[in-house]
Amino acid sequence: MKSTLMNMVLSLGIITIVAAALLAGVYTLTEKPIKEAALNKQIEAISAVTPQFNNDPVAEAIDITPDGETTPLKVFPAKQDGKLVGAAVESYSLAGFSGEIRLIYGFDSEGNITGYEVMSHAETPGLGAKMDEWFRSPEGNRSVIGLNPSSTPNGLAVKKDNGDVDAITAATITSRAFLDALNRASKAYTKLQEQNK
Amino acid sequence: MNSKLKILYNGIVTENPTFVLMLGMCPTLGTTGSAMTGMSMGLATMGVLICSNVVISLIKNLIPAKVRIPAYIVVIATFVSVLQLVMEAYLPALNTLLGIFIPLIVVNCILLGRAEAFASRHGVFDSCLDGIGIGLGFTIALTILGAVREILGTGRIFGAEIFPETYGSLIFVLAPGAFIALGLLIALFTKLRGARC
Repeated sequence: MKSTLMNMVLSLGIITIVAAALLAGVYTLTEKPIKEAALNKQIEAISAVTPQFNNDPVAEAIDITPDGETTPLKVFPAKQDGKLVGAAVESYSLAGFSGEIRLIYGFDSEGNITGYEVMSHAETPGLGAKMDEWFRSPEGNRSVIGLNPSSTPNGLAVKKDNGDVDAITAATITSRAFLDALNRASKAYTKLQEQNK
Repeated sequence: MNSKLKILYNGIVTENPTFVLMLGMCPTLGTTGSAMTGMSMGLATMGVLICSNVVISLIKNLIPAKVRIPAYIVVIATFVSVLQLVMEAYLPALNTLLGIFIPLIVVNCILLGRAEAFASRHGVFDSCLDGIGIGLGFTIALTILGAVREILGTGRIFGAEIFPETYGSLIFVLAPGAFIALGLLIALFTKLRGARC
């Protein structure tokens, strides 16, 4: 077809309007499922890491800023019959090998780690990305499950930094970031416990 | 050979987008860390390609020649956005896995290339077949590349263990291995096709 200003403007205009309408329609249809999917992911991670609870941790979530920090962390308190039995803390670290890592850690009423889930990261596949499994493996001193970061003043550290935890082979930086996020979460949880006393 | 079958064969073998046309190299190298992600990426691209080919061949006579490229891009971008919304809503795990590579389908040369070279000159049915053929060719190529990298890198295929991970060579999961594996596969495919370059 020969191009004139009129038909160029008209055809492009109509195509973009139809495209916009289609997108608006799909957006309306998927808006609710997208929110539900994100919420489900969060609830799944929370129930995977915390002790048994019968409240709604997402509805009762509070923002707690650990001492000496400026960014608040989201804390999901797990309660059994109104009594605080533990919590899931969404934490982060900027000390990773490439970009921010986000994790969810679970603690019991004594502050021991009950579990963790990696929410998002951009660490090297095959090296740093192993943190998903590494820190719960029973081999050597890898596992952090059952340890209590609040029992030592500086929290947990890898062996290279005079700590007790085995770092991931060839991914010490990622391991440090993992423990950095963990110690931050633990600080927020200690604060929650104090508030609930 | 039947002309309809020939369109399919053309997309999968004669003009295989990865091994012969060498288009869309960014997702090819970026998402083939495992056979599963490679295949998912191929299928996602195929979905968009079929839709955009069909729509473009339907409206080809209504678009003035001078604005055809922007018109094609709007059509492609619309389908990619729809795909992303739908994946976010119903396949959140897959969406996290492929991440940035889903919106990047918009700038994949395969889509614009097929719109310009095929859909704008052929009927709806043939364009749909071309979308299926090229899409399958892309999916097969990405699955093979992903499988090769996954086996050599981690000793697994589609997550099932073939040999212990310790014997794997990590380089194949990382970027350099992607180039090496792709180069060797292109050489092999060229030899099998009996082409002389």
